[in-house]
Amino acid sequence: MPAVLRLPNLAVLAAALLGLALVLALVVAPEDADQGISQRIFYIHVPIALTSYLCFGLGAWKALLLLWKGDERYDLESYVAIHQGTIFGSLTLITGAIWAKASWGVWWTWDSNQLVLFLTLFLFYCAYFMLRFALEGGPRRARSSAVYALFGVALIPVSFLAIRLAEDFIHPTTFTRDGPQMSGSMFATFCVAWAAVTLLAYVLYRVELLGKRLNDDIRELREALQ
Amino acid sequence: MSGGEYLALAYGVVFAFVLVYVAIIAAKLVRLQRDVADLVELARRRERTPPPSREVTRA
Repeated sequence: MPAVLRLPNLAVLAAALLGLALVLALVVAPEDADQGISQRIFYIHVPIALTSYLCFGLGAWKALLLLWKGDERYDLESYVAIHQGTIFGSLTLITGAIWAKASWGVWWTWDSNQLVLFLTLFLFYCAYFMLRFALEGGPRRARSSAVYALFGVALIPVSFLAIRLAEDFIHPTTFTRDGPQMSGSMFATFCVAWAAVTLLAYVLYRVELLGKRLNDDIRELREALQ
Repeated sequence: MSGGEYLALAYGVVFAFVLVYVAIIAAKLVRLQRDVADLVELARRRERTPPPSREVTRA
């Protein structure tokens, strides 16, 4: 593995990028004429939301690999990715609610299709854990979880495109066919923040996976020694 | 609440989440370290205990 892809190096890179993203988002990026200072929540809320979609997508991809190749290591990888997705999904809902309160005066609105679809996607993947922990460990649980994870991924494009399909006027559309509707420095800040959050998610994914694999190895070793 | 306070709240929540996550990982790491120490002790005990002697029966 190249040195740059080693976990400690990636963690340092993620921390540095997060620091840079914070400085850019809170100090360098210009203030929005419409929303004022609260618009800066955009630089953390949107990257977190996109990262949660990525995690759910990765979980579904690993689930597909499990069903395709039958290798059980993909089960744990799919589970950890979906776990990360729900963590980032919770953060999306919380930061979104704070931004909504600052901009619209309400914590939540059922009138926005994108919000409701994201909540549906989030609850769908929360139920994944209920299914998983209700079954005995083994190939049956791995296959059932994989099929469930694959069904959930269908909600991602629907959730992503909902605002464009339904002409939702409450939730703003920043990225249109004409490109990003923001200044160059705002877009650069957003890109750095997105890279930082995605890298943080990847580091957390690798750390959690490592911990779980180590746990399994220790259990196996204990059984062999006793 | 002002816009600045909402901004601080949003970033603070994310920071707190990451902090809690790191704390959970650290706690798990401590547990794994304890498990490894237990296994080392178990392996040493097995090493000290002589294997059961085999009786050779002669015809």
